[in-house]
Amino acid sequence: MEQFEVHKIFSLHLFGQDVSFTNSALMMVVALVLISGFMVFAMRSRSLVPTRIQSMAEVLYEYIAGMVKENLGEEGMKYFPWIFSIFIFVLVLNFIGLIPGVFTVTSHIIVTFALAAMVWITATVIGFWKHGFKYLKLFVPEGVPFWLLIVIVPIELISYFIRPISHSVRLFANMMAGHTMLEVFAGFAVMLPWWGKIAPTGFMVAFTGLEVLVAFLQALIFAVLTCIYLNDALHMHH
Amino acid sequence: MFAGTTMLFAAAAEVAEGAARSEGLPQLDPNHFAPQLFWLAVSFAVLLFIMSRIALPRVGDVIEERRDRIKRDLDTAGRLKDETDRALSDYEKALADARANASGIAKETREKLASETDAERQRLDGQLAVKLQHAEARISETKAKAVSAIGEIATETARAVVTKLIGQDVSPDEVKKVLRPIPGE
Repeated sequence: MEQFEVHKIFSLHLFGQDVSFTNSALMMVVALVLISGFMVFAMRSRSLVPTRIQSMAEVLYEYIAGMVKENLGEEGMKYFPWIFSIFIFVLVLNFIGLIPGVFTVTSHIIVTFALAAMVWITATVIGFWKHGFKYLKLFVPEGVPFWLLIVIVPIELISYFIRPISHSVRLFANMMAGHTMLEVFAGFAVMLPWWGKIAPTGFMVAFTGLEVLVAFLQALIFAVLTCIYLNDALHMHH
Repeated sequence: MFAGTTMLFAAAAEVAEGAARSEGLPQLDPNHFAPQLFWLAVSFAVLLFIMSRIALPRVGDVIEERRDRIKRDLDTAGRLKDETDRALSDYEKALADARANASGIAKETREKLASETDAERQRLDGQLAVKLQHAEARISETKAKAVSAIGEIATETARAVVTKLIGQDVSPDEVKKVLRPIPGE
């Protein structure tokens, strides 16, 4: 499990807290630089007839903007930069983690949980801010007989409070499982004699392809769930 | 085959051992929580700032501008097409008007010419009638003169004949008395 280990690059303390710059922090900063650099570089000419790289940035923009509009409507475009940032951040962290030897930030539960908690808290605050105490109606579905509510309300409550956990564990577990699988099969490929290396190596090649798909899909799922939770807060219907 | 399987198991055991050797998952070590959270907060905040303030507005502006431009171009094309249609219909109307005018003018001219011809013919007819009347008058005058001259000649001739026959002069008045007046005079 060495690939998941966090190493200090330099020590840093702030207000008595250990905020050392680690390999995890390095990859976050790398992702930040890559994303910002890409977006700014792609749009440098801002031409009406886009270059290839500008088309990529535009496709990315329109894809997420379409998703936000579909889920949240036109008024949800206020939150578009936030959802876009979440998506692209998770996507790039997932992708660069697939490069052998590179630390995968999203394979750490604390990171995915922090992002999911940010989404959950933001959605909850917006919900109460928009609807006041009526937001609690989210837990009381309409048209359900009274005796059923005794069962349904606790279920709704639990499912609401469990959202940040399911949201974060889904991404974390996918990333960690994928990388662990790759490590185990890489271990086989190293240790076995030449005739034994072929199968695990072939498997790893195929599995890396699958992991690229998973990296994209999990980032997308994370962003879609963010939209869905935010939609509950904005419009209060399931 | 047996050796191969044994080796595979040995390798698996070694990998598993390697995984077990580290004390628990590194992800669950609370010592790394604070630094990761701090740097996550910093990098995400910076990313959100750059995306929302710089990167995304640029992309949005370009897409918006392109959409506007295409809409504007389409509008212009539509307007030009309308203008063309209008010019074409104007032209066709002008052509039809000109045709109608031309046929009107032709008809008018034809009518005018016909009426002029008629007038001329009537005038000539009138003149001819007058001339005819004069001619007829002259003819009847001449005829009357001729007829009266015949009476004179007859009287003279008759007197000469009578004179020769009877050897004595006869006055024209006597001859006239004898000669029956010419009927119709």
